[in-house]
Amino acid sequence: MTARDEILAGVRRSLGVTGHEEPRRQAVADRLARPERGVVPARGQKTGAEAIATFRKYAGAVQTSVTIVSGPEQVPAETARWLSANNLPARLRMGADARLAAMPWDATTLDVSHGPSAGTDLNGVSHAFAGVTETGSLILLSGPDNPTTINFLPDNHIVVLDSADLVPALEDVWARLRAETRSDPLPRTVNMVTGPSRSGDIDRTIFLGAHGPRALHVIVIDPDMAV
Amino acid sequence: MPQQTAPRNPPQQPRVGLFVTCLVDLMRPSVGFAAAKLLQDAGCHVEVPAQTCCGQPAFNSGDRATAADLARAMIRAFSHLDYVVAPSGSCAGMVRRHYPELFADDPDLRGKANAFAEKTWELTSFLVDVMGVSDVNASFDGVATYHDSCAGLREMGVQAQPRKLLGSVRGLKLVEMEGSDVCCGFGGTFAVKYGEISNAIVSEKAARISESGAPMVLAGDLGCLMNMAGKLSRQNSATAVRHVAEVLAGMDDLPPIAAPAAPATGKPGAA
Amino acid sequence: MTAAITSPAFRENAHQALEDKQLQAVLGTMRTGFSVKRAEAAAALPEFEALRDSARDIKNHTLAHLDLYLEQYEAKVTASGGHVHYARDAAEARRIVADICRDLGAKTVTKGKSMISEEIGLNDHLEREGFTPVETDLGEYIIQLRHETPSHIIAPAFHLSAAQVEQDFRRVHTQLPPERDLSEPVSLLNEARQMLRQHFLAADVGITGANFLIAETGTSVIVTNEGNGDLTQTLPKAHIVLASLEKLVPTLDDCAQMLRVLARSATGQDSSVYTTFSTGPRRAGDADGPGAYHVVLLDNGRTGMLGTSFQEMLRCIRCGACMNHCPVYQAVGGHAYGWTYPGPMGSVLTPSLIGVEKGGHLPNASTFCGRCESVCPVRIPLPKLMRHWREKEFERHLTPATTRSGLALWGFFARRPWLYRQATRLGAATLALAARGRGKFAALPFASGWTQGRDFPAPEGRTFQAMWAAEAGKRRRAGGKPGAKEQNP
Repeated sequence: MTARDEILAGVRRSLGVTGHEEPRRQAVADRLARPERGVVPARGQKTGAEAIATFRKYAGAVQTSVTIVSGPEQVPAETARWLSANNLPARLRMGADARLAAMPWDATTLDVSHGPSAGTDLNGVSHAFAGVTETGSLILLSGPDNPTTINFLPDNHIVVLDSADLVPALEDVWARLRAETRSDPLPRTVNMVTGPSRSGDIDRTIFLGAHGPRALHVIVIDPDMAV
Repeated sequence: MPQQTAPRNPPQQPRVGLFVTCLVDLMRPSVGFAAAKLLQDAGCHVEVPAQTCCGQPAFNSGDRATAADLARAMIRAFSHLDYVVAPSGSCAGMVRRHYPELFADDPDLRGKANAFAEKTWELTSFLVDVMGVSDVNASFDGVATYHDSCAGLREMGVQAQPRKLLGSVRGLKLVEMEGSDVCCGFGGTFAVKYGEISNAIVSEKAARISESGAPMVLAGDLGCLMNMAGKLSRQNSATAVRHVAEVLAGMDDLPPIAAPAAPATGKPGAA
Repeated sequence: MTAAITSPAFRENAHQALEDKQLQAVLGTMRTGFSVKRAEAAAALPEFEALRDSARDIKNHTLAHLDLYLEQYEAKVTASGGHVHYARDAAEARRIVADICRDLGAKTVTKGKSMISEEIGLNDHLEREGFTPVETDLGEYIIQLRHETPSHIIAPAFHLSAAQVEQDFRRVHTQLPPERDLSEPVSLLNEARQMLRQHFLAADVGITGANFLIAETGTSVIVTNEGNGDLTQTLPKAHIVLASLEKLVPTLDDCAQMLRVLARSATGQDSSVYTTFSTGPRRAGDADGPGAYHVVLLDNGRTGMLGTSFQEMLRCIRCGACMNHCPVYQAVGGHAYGWTYPGPMGSVLTPSLIGVEKGGHLPNASTFCGRCESVCPVRIPLPKLMRHWREKEFERHLTPATTRSGLALWGFFARRPWLYRQATRLGAATLALAARGRGKFAALPFASGWTQGRDFPAPEGRTFQAMWAAEAGKRRRAGGKPGAKEQNP
């Protein structure tokens, strides 16, 4: 017997089942076909300005800095400002995201290069798929548009988030992914990022900047400039 | 935290069996008398059926057969009473939480064990939650800190009740130690089998007690009290150690646990 | 390090730990560390207790249907271009991993934190097979440098001070200037970042554990704060996931429930920094990601726990809250437990996986204070399960002879109320007499484990039952008093 068959047989023997019981199969099929949302905390269930303020509160609590601009055309200038304010070189790595590409980077003095990060980039910029109000988290999807390496290798990570993509909870991210990409819901990597990298492994004290970015800056595009 | 639900209409003068517990019976009978007084003052008719051990040491050592034998005798001895009350969260917890488990597969005794569990209470929670006592009419001049014994706290939901009753003692000031809900390291046979670890844990507890500044520590379980008293005594600490019932019943003329027969400092708690 | 077993020497291990001043200083910080943060995080979320119920129910449902979810999960992984390998035991898992590495012509293997890797002793095996495994979680990296095992399941180097880490870095990182300043913890962090960055970029294979496996999509989930797991699994040619069977949850939504209790219970964070969902290898058009994706599913004794009371232990999500709140763990640290899994969860799991003959001390070394159960995010009744091990030991006559005879003696008297009362009367009187008014004993022959560090309080001298009977007799002679009816013959 293969290891697979032996393990499955062992599981069934211990559970006292054959694997052919129709009610069990139905229970599993139902659960997979109609995922249950379970307990979703009220604290993320906000809309509009309140949602942005809540996102900002929880992001700030984990050392993510957040600024709000009124349109995508302001993102490059805000990026340049943030880099300058933090004494960082005016260089930037980004993927092939069309929303980022459409922004007026040429209007700044930023030196922008494209593609995944090879580990030498100091600053990277990504466009988030969504933001999660409940925890101040960013959802980033792998692919040509926003390479996963940009989320982890640069010292400083700037993430652009459209306020329309702010959702109350992770469950809402799943709902949107299922709706947008029917048969194959997930890209290779879905990163939920909640703050800059940190470690508590030395002296049982949290220090920022372990292996991932030392700083995480979010630029929220909110046409209403509600907050 | 599991909280026992008080019956809707407790009898006017309930017949209460005092489940005195082995340790109180053997080591500190005064706690039994304190408990009986508190129950009588609350309007209960107190009986003391002949009893030995609830079976917890056997149960916790993996000897289910002995535990079940002793549990059957307990159930028989207290069968005619409205309530069973113990000056111990640990022993009451054994009955309340574990007798049903012990007889879960015994169709003859399952019902009796469940009913017995239902009517079994820890002393301070019985006084407050069933008898509605809010004032024990006692006085004690001094400061005390209270240790939450683990089984009482986590199996029986005993936390607010003893503090409420102590709050009614005239002259007594209660101060909280850090980590009052952290184990003292007693753990029954653990204290002897793993004495070195047990001693390390109670050393921490003794430090928290001392840091509280209170000259007296109270708790609701004699096992924990003997452990803490033994440690404090070994450290030559002047901290008095007493069962909470002793103070609530105004029976503080007795020397504190592990203290000499005629305390040089006079009234306990004044050290 | 291999998963060498010293659990049978728990008592000696504990003794050494208690004598170790440096370790004791570190353990002293636990009181105000994780447990306080967990309490604050739990209190700040009104839905927390409901989420614990939800997490428990999700795991119970999954375990009851584990065969079907395994089949579903495997089909989804395969459909996404990945491979699922089943391993019956540690040796089979090690062989599968080494074979994958060999097929890829790998030299350097980076590793994210994985308790399964510790359980199967993977690093030693990879070294023997000619590969260079590099741990990338900072804590794991430090203990790898020291040839130690983790002392805590979420904080592997919990037992070490910054000064010890500095010594190790100076010993191993000889390519760096010896005069460099490492006096601040953050400088140690920066040095580790610098050293490990080279390994990340050079690695051929990346191995991670999994906090969850999602049947709905064939996804593995890792949760880290450092980002090391992501660099481990993104940069090399292949990503190998090591996971045990019980990591499965049905759906993405179920996983979201679990995540809410995991970080809060572990470190008191609302969410860990990086929660990463990985499904198969790099897709066509992807800018980065591993070319191959393998999952090694380990049994190693777990199927034998299903269908028994120990099935509840398979709900465990490895948050470490039980050990963070355990007075015994806080006294002796993780290494004393003698195998991969310390603390209360280890005291239940270890005998299941290595046998109760070797792991038997662990379920006994508990005060049953219940604090572990009170904080467990999936509500595992840890004290009850430890007690079930004690029952199995008693049934199989593995309980120490002194304990057995002590219990038998106690049981003999306790079953005979009349004898019991005579014996306790005699005992109380004798002990009180022997104490000679001092109120305590500094030494007792039958309880040296107690009296080595503590006095033993002396009894008052008479038993309650005898005194009550005597008082009732007096009352009866005086005409009786309501409310104190005598029942005690």
